[in-house]
Amino acid sequence: MNVWRLVLQEIAHRKVNFAMGLLSVAVAVASFVGATTLLQADRIRTDEILSERKQQVEQAVAEKQQEVKQAGKQLEDAMRKITKGLGFNLLILPQDQDLNELHAGGTLSKTMPAEYVDRLANSNIMTINHLLPMVTQKFHWKEMDQTIHLVGTRGEVPLAHRDLKKPLQDQVPPGSMVVGFQIHTKNSLRKDQKVTLQGREFTVKELKPQQGNRDDVTAWINLAEAQDLLGRQNLVNGILALECNCATQDRVAEIREDVAAILPGTQVIESGPPALARAEARNKAKQTAEESLAREKAAGAAAIDSDTTNRTRLTEQREQVAAVLVPLVIIGCAVWIGFLALMNVRQRTSEVGILRAIGLRSVQIMTIFLGKAVLIGLIGAVVGYAAGFGFGVAAGELAPAEDAWSRLFAPGLLVLAVLMAPLLSAVASWIPAVLAAREDPAVILQAE
Amino acid sequence: MLLNLQSLTKTYHTANGEVHALADVSLSVDDGKFQAVQGPSGCGKTTLLLIAGGLLTPDGGQVLVDGKNPYALSPDERAGFRAANIGFVFQQFHLVPYLNVLDNVLAPAMASHLPDAHDRARELIAHFGMQDRIHHVPGQLSTGERQRTALARALLNRPKILLADEPTGNLDHDHADSVLGYLREFASDGGAVLLVTHDSRAVEYAQSVTNIEHGQLVPA
Repeated sequence: MNVWRLVLQEIAHRKVNFAMGLLSVAVAVASFVGATTLLQADRIRTDEILSERKQQVEQAVAEKQQEVKQAGKQLEDAMRKITKGLGFNLLILPQDQDLNELHAGGTLSKTMPAEYVDRLANSNIMTINHLLPMVTQKFHWKEMDQTIHLVGTRGEVPLAHRDLKKPLQDQVPPGSMVVGFQIHTKNSLRKDQKVTLQGREFTVKELKPQQGNRDDVTAWINLAEAQDLLGRQNLVNGILALECNCATQDRVAEIREDVAAILPGTQVIESGPPALARAEARNKAKQTAEESLAREKAAGAAAIDSDTTNRTRLTEQREQVAAVLVPLVIIGCAVWIGFLALMNVRQRTSEVGILRAIGLRSVQIMTIFLGKAVLIGLIGAVVGYAAGFGFGVAAGELAPAEDAWSRLFAPGLLVLAVLMAPLLSAVASWIPAVLAAREDPAVILQAE
Repeated sequence: MLLNLQSLTKTYHTANGEVHALADVSLSVDDGKFQAVQGPSGCGKTTLLLIAGGLLTPDGGQVLVDGKNPYALSPDERAGFRAANIGFVFQQFHLVPYLNVLDNVLAPAMASHLPDAHDRARELIAHFGMQDRIHHVPGQLSTGERQRTALARALLNRPKILLADEPTGNLDHDHADSVLGYLREFASDGGAVLLVTHDSRAVEYAQSVTNIEHGQLVPA
C-alpha cells in the first residue's frame, strides 16, 4: 500500500469529482491549445494566401508582358501603317545645291526663282498637297550676339486645282517673328516683345517649345522681309512639299519625276518627318505597353496589400479575443479546480483524521491531494490538447485537410500543456491540500 | 511500564464556558495488561485516550509511552512515533470507504516501512476470520466485520499499545464479545490495552477497571 494507490482508489471511488476536475483542466488546456493552433493555422493560411496571390500577380504580369509585347508590335505596326498612309515630306532644291552643305551645316546657299512655287501650284500635280517656299541662312544676330538660322517663309501656297485646305503652317505676317526655344530662353524674350534684327524691328509673335533639333536655334520671319534682308529678292532656297501621297512603292521617285517635268533644274529629297513619325510610333507603342504593364503591376501590388491588410486584421482580431478569453477560461477553470479540491477535502475529513492518527505525516496528506491534482492535470492536459488541437485544425481550414494535422502539430505545445496543466492543477489545489494537512485529527475523531 | 500518564489535565474552552475534561488524572498500563476505564458519555474518556495516543496535547501533566514523551516531538515525528508504537480502534471504525479490507488493513504501512506488510495483513485478516471478505469495501461489510477490519489495521504495525475508544459501541452482543476477546488476546500476547468504554461487559475481559467521572478517576 502506498499513497499513489490510495489516490487511484479514491479517484475510482469518486468518479464525478474526478471527471469534473478533469473537465476543467481539459477545457483550460483546450482553450489555450485551440487558440494557439488556430492562430498558427491563420499564420500559415495567410502565408499561403499571400503566396498564391503573388504567384497570380506574377503570372498575370508575365501574361500581360507577353500580351503587351504582342499588342505593342501590333500597335507599332498599325502606327507605322497609319503614318505611311498619312504621307511624307519633301524638299525641292536647286539642282546645283550641295546636299552636304544642307546635312552638315543646315544651310542652303543656292537659290531658284520664287515663281517656281507658283508654277508648281498652278500645275496639275496630284502627289503634292502643301507648298511652303522659303529662304534660309545661318546668320549672326548681332543685336543678340547669337548665331541662328534665319528662315523666311510666306506660309502655305494654295494649289490651284485643289479645294482650299486648312494650311499646315501659318504664314508669318510682315514685321513679326517666331523664335525657337534656345533663342527666346537665352535672351529672355516674351511674346509681343519688340526685337531688332539687322536694324529692323520685329514683334515676337510666337515662342516655340523645345524641339531638340535645329528649330530651337531658328527664327522665322516673313518671306519677303527675309529675301530683302538676305538680298535674295524673288529667289528662294527651297520649297517644302508637305503630306505628299503616292500609291507606289518607290514614291519619292514618282514625285521626283512629276516635279522634274514641271520644274526642270531642281532636285527632290525626302525630309525627316516619316522616320520621326515611325520613331514616335514606336515610342508611343512602347509607352502604351509600359503604362499597361505598370497598371497591371500596380493592381497586383494593391491586391497583395489588400490581402495582407485583411489577413493581418483577422489575425489581430483573433489574437485579441484569445488574449482575453484564454486567460479568463484558465483562471475560471483554476478556481473551479480549487473549489472541487476543497469539496474533496471536506468530504474526506474523517479519512484525513484516521490517516493522521495511524501515523501519516502532513506531507503525505498533502501528497494525497496534490497527487490527485497532478493526475487530473496530466490526463486533462492530454484530453484538452487532443480537443484543442482538433478544434484548431478544424477551424483553421488548412487544405488539404489530411496534411493539416502534421503541419499544425507542435510538439513543444504538447510538452508545455503536459507540464503546465499538472502545475496549474496542483497550484489550484494547493490551499485545500494545505488545509487537509493541517486538520487536527483529535478534533475530527472527537467530532465523530 | 508501557504507558504512564501522570497528572493529566485538559480543559476545553467553549461558548458555554470551561469544560474540565480531565482533572489530575494519572494512570499506567504495563505490558501484558488490559486496562479498562469506564464512565458515562462526556466524562472525559475519549479525551484521555486521545492524549494517551499522542493526538491531543494535554494542558498539564506528562505522557510517557514506552518511556518517551510523544509531545516532546514535532507533529510529524509524533505521527511516526504513533505509527510505530500505538494502534487505535474507534467506535465509528474510521475505515477508508473506498479501500477494500486488505487495503484498509495495509493503510498504516503508508506511515512506516514494513517489509512483510502484505503477509502480515493477510495473516491478521485470516486471524479475524475475514478471508472471504478481503476484497470487499466497508460498505459491503457488517458492523462486526468493519470493527474486526479496524482491529486488524490497528495491529498491522505490531504496536506496543492498543488504544480502544468504545469499540463495542456499535456492535451487537456477540460481536462485542468477540472484539473484547481479541483485545484480551493482544494483552495476553504481551501488548498493553487501554480501553475506554461505558460497556459494563468490559469488566469481564479487562484485568483492571477504573471508573472516570467528571474528568477524575475513581476506584471501580
